Amino acid sequence: MLVFTLKRLVSLFFSLVAASVVVFFVIEIIPGDPAALMMGINASPEAVEELRQQLGLNLPPWQRYANWVLGLLQWDFGVSYTYKTAVSDLINDRIWVSLPLTVYALTLSTLIAFPVGIIAAARRNSATDVGIMGATQLGIAVPNFWFAMILVLIFAVSLRWFSAGGFAGWDEGFLAGMKSLTLPAIALALPQASILARVMRSSLLDTLGEDYIRTARAKGLSRSQTLWRHALRNGLIPVLTIIGLQFSFLLAGAIIIENVFFLPGLGRLVFQGITQRDLIVVKSVVMLLVFAVIVVTFIVDIAYGIADPRLREGR
Amino acid sequence: MKKSGFLVALGTALVLATGLGQAMGSQSDIVVGMVLEPPNLDPTAGAAAAIDEVVYANVFEGLTRFSSNGAIIPGLAKSWEISEDGLTYTFNLNTGVKFHDGTDMDALDVKFSLERAMAEDSTNAQKALFADIVSVEARDPATVVITLSRPNGSFLFNMAWGDAVIVAPESAATNGTNPIGTGPFRFVDWAQGDKVVLARNPDYWGEPVALENVTFKFISDPSAAFAAMMAQDVDAFPNFPASETLPQFEADPRFKVIVGVTEGETILSTNNQSPPLDDVRVRHAIAHAINRQEIIDGAMSGYGTPIGTHFNPSNPDYLDLTEQSDYDPDKARALLAEAGVSDLTLRMKLPPPPYARRGGEIIAAQLRAVGIDTEISNLEWAQWLEEVFGAKDYDLTIVSHTEPFDIGIYARDDYYFNYDSKEMQAIIAELNETADPEARTALLHKAQRRIADDYVNGYLFQLAKIGVANARINGLWENSPTQANDMTGVSWAE
Repeated sequence: MLVFTLKRLVSLFFSLVAASVVVFFVIEIIPGDPAALMMGINASPEAVEELRQQLGLNLPPWQRYANWVLGLLQWDFGVSYTYKTAVSDLINDRIWVSLPLTVYALTLSTLIAFPVGIIAAARRNSATDVGIMGATQLGIAVPNFWFAMILVLIFAVSLRWFSAGGFAGWDEGFLAGMKSLTLPAIALALPQASILARVMRSSLLDTLGEDYIRTARAKGLSRSQTLWRHALRNGLIPVLTIIGLQFSFLLAGAIIIENVFFLPGLGRLVFQGITQRDLIVVKSVVMLLVFAVIVVTFIVDIAYGIADPRLREGR
Repeated sequence: MKKSGFLVALGTALVLATGLGQAMGSQSDIVVGMVLEPPNLDPTAGAAAAIDEVVYANVFEGLTRFSSNGAIIPGLAKSWEISEDGLTYTFNLNTGVKFHDGTDMDALDVKFSLERAMAEDSTNAQKALFADIVSVEARDPATVVITLSRPNGSFLFNMAWGDAVIVAPESAATNGTNPIGTGPFRFVDWAQGDKVVLARNPDYWGEPVALENVTFKFISDPSAAFAAMMAQDVDAFPNFPASETLPQFEADPRFKVIVGVTEGETILSTNNQSPPLDDVRVRHAIAHAINRQEIIDGAMSGYGTPIGTHFNPSNPDYLDLTEQSDYDPDKARALLAEAGVSDLTLRMKLPPPPYARRGGEIIAAQLRAVGIDTEISNLEWAQWLEEVFGAKDYDLTIVSHTEPFDIGIYARDDYYFNYDSKEMQAIIAELNETADPEARTALLHKAQRRIADDYVNGYLFQLAKIGVANARINGLWENSPTQANDMTGVSWAE
């Protein structure tokens, strides 16, 4: 197990190095000079050049890469070109919107998907099952930004139960904060819940077809007893994998939803960073998200190793 | 049926409850929506219009300032004298003015601010405003004497720009994140990505303002802006991005729609040195191929004033030259034939705003009707600045020039139009040295005619300022003489 973990750690390290090179150079080749953008269309060339000097944009790329990576290792992401504040401060503020939103959406999606998936599997081919499969198909097909706008029109503009967007801030209290995240979380959760419910159903149906289920039924357990005691536990493994994937997807994939609800989260930070050519912010946030995904993958790998000894020896 | 009835009743109850809550709560707070978030809050260190939209006149003040109708009125300087030769300006400052950190504002701060903007290593985006200044002298704490190298008829106007506001030496370096000015509002908080909060300055030297708190909220998505207004999360949206939804606001008694003019001359910028556009007949042909009203209706929901030259129609010195380039496709075809141009394909590179993207499609169709094909590419701002504005690698583009009184750009031979006219340069040089109002008007007319006769660009329309606000808010700027959300005169009706 130790060797296995070390091997995974080495691969984690190389993934991070490769990712940092790709992130840095992809962002470097995007056209657009941050200094020119900051100074606008009436600016004199000398003022733009002066700003380039101040931002250190005239250094050769390899040197900027080295400076960036050295900074990252010390948890120093540099100073945002446009905001003129430390990128780590920007990230610290934003992560307390994005992370709760992700957890909230993931919780909602799990709470919806589990019962729905189990009911569909238990009543296979019934009208309920067909209805659920149709509904989840729709849930996957509906774009979440469109669904988000419909939610806003109904619950904010017409009924006025929620505000149309924005974040109240945790200073206003936990409930106020959660309230402003509710519509975005629902909009994010719906497609994920649909996917999860379908995975849940098919995974349960697979296990229900296994020999040991027949054995359990043969020894006299009822249908629902076999479902809850045997099938569910075994059918859960692929579902947990999907939840792990969804976590990183939701954390990184909320860009559009954060814009529709004008939430000050990481997604909106990246979006603004790209349009304003605040490359240092884009690089750092993208790298942070990559880091999160790689670490989650690492944890899942290790968990598999623990759960299934065959995987340890195979590699 | 019963259930939906219940929902409606519950919804109505909530609407009433929130309405009451608002009526009973303080009516001295306002939430103002803005499309773009400022990158920093220092108007002397960046060109982004969003900076001035938050701090101009609210947090920072200059020697002079713009009033809502575009006139130049006293700011921190209560009066001034100009010497006979137009070279010396003596400003008498208001006394008892304090910065928000409690320090006094006096002549030395003025000297510091202007010298900082003029300096070699200055990153002021509008350095040209200060180019004529030779020296700034603090004669006594309340008197500043500025000497110019040559007479400059627009000097008082230049000093009203947000880039020329007065800052303190102690706080100048940190104004980007913690702006310290002399204005009637002081900075409270900036939740980046979300909002900037200002509060009334109790020690303000001038007339106190009616509002207690001002929150600028940043909403870039047009449909989100619409929802936020409709849900009354936002009280006013002075530059509303979803113009297609205006009829809904006009029909709703809770809101009012405020339409004014901006300083934005929206033009079909043309690369005057990219063949065959270097032939004035081809540019002339393009001018006649354009149907301005069709563009205003199609791209701007009908809001906008046609222009025939690069000048603001609401300025008294404006000349209406639209007749000279009226819509006449036959004439356009004839001019193209005369120039011997056929099978022409032009590269049109468009920046992101809807006036450019939608307007570009319409112009492309209009040009096709006279036999000119276009190859459209949509660029982001950063790309546009680099390719079009910087490298001048384009044939046509559409952009709104929002700086006030900017006809002088036609005298810059390195500007992205690639328009190099000795005649125009002479007119502007003379204008800069003329202070007499009548002579200035004559020169401005000459300049407007010159660029219209040379068909430098396709002059399309003056961008409208379309704002939406709660019907009970008074005192918002109707027009936009500079890009600002001046909250000093804003109040709630009873």
